Amino acid sequence: MSLTVTWFLLLGAALFSIGVAGVLIRRNALVMFMSIELMLNAVTLTFVAVSKDLGLIEGQVAAVFVMVVAAAEVTIGLAIIVAVFRTRSSANVDELAEMKG
Amino acid sequence: MTDLLWLVVALPLLGAVINLLFGKRIGEPISGWLAFGFVAISWAIAVPATLSFVTGSGHTETIYLFSWIPAIGVDAAILWDPLSALMTMIVTGIGSLIHLYSIGYMRGDERYPRFFAFMNLFIASMMILVLAANYAVMFVGWELVGLSSYLLISFWFTKPSAAAAGKKAFIVNRIGDWGFIVALMIIFISFGTFDFHTVFASAPTAITVGTATAITLLLFVGAAGKSAQLPLHIWLPDAMEGPTPVSALIHAATMVTAGVFMIARSAVLFEMAPVAGAIVAVVGTATALLAALIAISQTDIKKVLAYSTISQLGYMVLGVGVGAYTAGIFHLTTHAFFKALLFLGAGSVIHAMADEQDMRKMGGLRKNMPITFITMGAAWLAISGIFPFSGFWSKDEILAATFAKGGGFILLWGVGLLVALLTAFYMTRLFVMTFLGKPRWSGDVQPHESPATMTIPLVVLGFFTVSVGLINTPVRLAFEHFLESSFEGVAHIEALTFGSFSILATVALVVAVVGIAWAWPKYNTDELPAEDGKFWQRSLLAFGVDEIYGRTIVAPGKKASEWAADSMDPKVIDGAAHGIGRGISGFGSVLGKMQTGQVRGYAGVLAVAGAILIIVFVVVGGGF
Amino acid sequence: MPVLSILIVLPLVGAIVVGLLPRHRTELVYPIALAMSIPPLAAALHILWYFNAGDASFQFGEHIVLVESFGISWTLAVDGISLFMVVLTALLFPISIAASHSITDRAKTYMVLMLILETGVLGVFLSLDLFVFFAFFEIVLIPMYLLISMWGSENRAYASLKFVLFTAVGSAFLLASIVALGVLTGEQLGTLVNFDFRNMLSVEFSSTTELALFVGFAIAFAIKIPLFPFHTWLPDAHTEAPTAGSVILAGVLLKMGTYGFLRFNLTLFPQAAVDLAIPLAILGVIGIVYGAAVAIVQPDIKRLIAYSSVSHMGFIVLGTFALTTQGLSGSVVLMISHGLTTGALFLLIGMVYERTHTRKIADYGGLAKVMPVYAGIFLFSAFASAGLPGLSGFIGEFTILIGAYLSLPVLTIIAGSGVILAAIYLLWAYERVFTGPVTNSKLEGLKDLGFREVAILAPLIVLIIGIGVYPKPVFDRVEPSVEIILDRIEAETEFEVPEFARVSDLVDIDYEAEREVSDHDDGEEG
Repeated sequence: MSLTVTWFLLLGAALFSIGVAGVLIRRNALVMFMSIELMLNAVTLTFVAVSKDLGLIEGQVAAVFVMVVAAAEVTIGLAIIVAVFRTRSSANVDELAEMKG
Repeated sequence: MTDLLWLVVALPLLGAVINLLFGKRIGEPISGWLAFGFVAISWAIAVPATLSFVTGSGHTETIYLFSWIPAIGVDAAILWDPLSALMTMIVTGIGSLIHLYSIGYMRGDERYPRFFAFMNLFIASMMILVLAANYAVMFVGWELVGLSSYLLISFWFTKPSAAAAGKKAFIVNRIGDWGFIVALMIIFISFGTFDFHTVFASAPTAITVGTATAITLLLFVGAAGKSAQLPLHIWLPDAMEGPTPVSALIHAATMVTAGVFMIARSAVLFEMAPVAGAIVAVVGTATALLAALIAISQTDIKKVLAYSTISQLGYMVLGVGVGAYTAGIFHLTTHAFFKALLFLGAGSVIHAMADEQDMRKMGGLRKNMPITFITMGAAWLAISGIFPFSGFWSKDEILAATFAKGGGFILLWGVGLLVALLTAFYMTRLFVMTFLGKPRWSGDVQPHESPATMTIPLVVLGFFTVSVGLINTPVRLAFEHFLESSFEGVAHIEALTFGSFSILATVALVVAVVGIAWAWPKYNTDELPAEDGKFWQRSLLAFGVDEIYGRTIVAPGKKASEWAADSMDPKVIDGAAHGIGRGISGFGSVLGKMQTGQVRGYAGVLAVAGAILIIVFVVVGGGF
Repeated sequence: MPVLSILIVLPLVGAIVVGLLPRHRTELVYPIALAMSIPPLAAALHILWYFNAGDASFQFGEHIVLVESFGISWTLAVDGISLFMVVLTALLFPISIAASHSITDRAKTYMVLMLILETGVLGVFLSLDLFVFFAFFEIVLIPMYLLISMWGSENRAYASLKFVLFTAVGSAFLLASIVALGVLTGEQLGTLVNFDFRNMLSVEFSSTTELALFVGFAIAFAIKIPLFPFHTWLPDAHTEAPTAGSVILAGVLLKMGTYGFLRFNLTLFPQAAVDLAIPLAILGVIGIVYGAAVAIVQPDIKRLIAYSSVSHMGFIVLGTFALTTQGLSGSVVLMISHGLTTGALFLLIGMVYERTHTRKIADYGGLAKVMPVYAGIFLFSAFASAGLPGLSGFIGEFTILIGAYLSLPVLTIIAGSGVILAAIYLLWAYERVFTGPVTNSKLEGLKDLGFREVAILAPLIVLIIGIGVYPKPVFDRVEPSVEIILDRIEAETEFEVPEFARVSDLVDIDYEAEREVSDHDDGEEG
């Protein structure tokens, strides 16, 4: 049983699903945030795997882009969460409904 | 000679500007003399040019000044012909006399210079009206005399009644002006110009009788406004709120005759439209009768004269309506003298009586004011139509021309005679109540003769009142010859023979004598007769015309305006706008409900939508 | 020398200079702002002086491509129509700024906004690129909104919001139409889009497209004018705005609508203009009568003048859609005249408001006794507004009425009744405010107009008389440009501009010969 691209794709799908479940189920903003990171990394993994399989460089370029975006996102996202936590002493997203229409 | 005629307009205008801007510094009485000087010089400039028509050396001229509204080809230009020359003489001549009179009359008024500024403005406006070479410029003068009339009627504006009277005069005149403007539109569309010369020369070929009727009737609406004919006569009695010299100059001698002048000027057009002419004649007669019926009961001396003016204007309008343009203008001329004299005399009396205008509180003034008494006596006989005073000749000429027209016009002649009877009656009533009988004023009033600046104009006007009629007697029709070239191309009414004229004149004279004989004993008593019958009461209230207008036009009009202001705008139009606004924000708030603010809710929707998309791709097999 | 660009930029430079004034030197704001409003006036007068009167084409043209791929360019030029709008604008701004002496609260911001507003208005009248035109059209909105909402009276929030919302609705239609027109022009030229006015003239439309675009433009301009029934924002905006705001609003901002009709609707969509002329003229006539009737019963003097504006603007619309030379040139003259007379009236109301802080007619009475000079100038302006001959209003109204009668006789006769109503609302208001005894003790001892106030009004008075007595220089410049518009309508449609009868051709009259007798060296055809 060789390490074909299918395994990588299956792993990516599994990681992504765990991330989706985390976002949907957990209430803590920090954990939701980590779940989103998980989803991003799952996608990155898929990109790299397919890139290797098809012998194209674009997938790996995309992966680099995703990592950069993720880094930037973490910075801003964490800053927001910390700010929210400071004012409310909680990171429970169910209590944050200021943008209700 | 005619090169300088523009100064006749420019000088009074300059006088008005000077007195308006620097009057306070110039002060009393110099500002008055200055204003008088400008008008007198205007008169002097016009005299030689007028005399050239008398001697026969003058000829009709159009004097181009400058291009005024090029878009509709209107030039500022002067038409100098016998008719405008005559009017110039009347306006500047009587105008300067009344300026002179006002120097004394207005003494001590705190807005003395302002008064003379307005008077000069009036003379300038009236000269624009009279000298205009086209309808558009005539309209300018027409409106500007309305403005000066407004300013002078409400001169004592702190009195609410004076302010209201000025406003009423201007607005009623504007109703007439609307007719004038529409007439101007039709004239321009049919002729492509307003120029008198072109319009009159081409009218018989260029327009149909129907068009001519429309134009003339609309012009007459304008004339009815300015000359206080039915149903627009209501402003003139109120206009007596103005200072008396104003009543004499504007609301008796000159401005109110502008309508008659305008009809005479448009004689060619009126000749083309006999129906319009007949309507004009009927309206004129009706006005003469109604005003005379009101005049007999008035107790305010100026009100009597005001209604008398309306009545006499009715005569003039009757004259020009039946096509007797010369007769109409002749009566305009004689009336200018004797009515100006009557008003100035009344002013002199009011002055002497410490601003009392009620004739019931006068009486016996002949001893205190002999000059006023004698000159007013002449005017009384002239307006009553007593031989050989001026009014006799001019009034008779109108009546004779009406009679000569025959047919239904005989009826108008009959009414005209009735009005002559009433005129003699109410003027005798006025004269006797004022000057004869016992004094009825209270002890603290000290009537006295007026100063020379006031009596000199009276005497000059008195001279003309007696004599001016003689310029056009059946024996010697000098006046008619003078005006001939102004009414070129207008059919002449078949002249009556000297015999039949004499018979008609005798009838009229008898009627006038009857009128005087009726009133004289009735009022020359110690105790004034009671005038409290039903007719007298209604007559005193001018038959309630003002009230009828108030109920049928003013009140509903105001209601409609209020409805538009209070309901239409805020409720209907703004209501629609607010409705649209509410609709949009309502739709927005429905959409807004979907935004719960729950992050996990949004994420759930996202996940479900993503899952559906994936399933769709898998099932459909993706065309991507 | 790019005179027009300089003219547009000058007020902006002024705004920057005023903006950079040190915060604590508040006493400098008024004189410097006033000084900064003079150079644009000088530039406008320069243009007026060097404008070639007989020439119908656009003059002082400038053309710089801004964004080539979108066909946007900085194209400026004046013709006889925009010329007077520009001069009027450049004249009214210094006057309004001079009249804003009493503004002490945030004066610097106020003056900056005024000068930016001037740039915007000048841009509207001078731009021949529709993209830039639209930009200026919108730029105008912002300072005006701020002027009303920051320096207005009690109800300013409502009024300024209403003003913006009404205008913005119109702007949406305008933007959509301009973009569509730009795309169609681009198609014609083989590029993506093009907004150059001159290129738009050659575009062929289907009749529905033309109608749709016409309506899009017309809604925007009808709201700006404002034409009945889009007028309800105007009384509120006027009443609440500070004096200078009212003067500018009535004097030049409303003219942007009528100018737009002349420049764009008639020129770009001749067929639709011919088809829709009568409905629009009807709205104009309704506006004349309705505005005047409502003005009669207004209890607030400023509202009364605002409604009189609705009436006057109705005359301009009637003249425009009469589609005759006289109607169109009369409209332009009335646009100028209305700017002068209504400007003067608003200035006058502002001057007395500074003294009494009330605009209610009922609070006044007998004011002429206390302030005679003020009363005289007010009466003068009222009569000018009511179309008294010899003053500017008459020239415009009369020419419009004569010109409109040719194509729309019945409507014009109805419109003529506006002269009666104008006399009623103005003289009645004058009577209640100025005549009779002094009823309100607060009025006693009020100071009459001072030298500065008379000096502010003087140029308007002089121009009102000047145009009323000798309007020929104005007509000489306006008429050729107006005729170009009508020539184009005649060329593009079946419509024939009605002509007046020329009796002098029909009948043999030696009128010219007679005129030569009287000496005049002016060889002009009368």
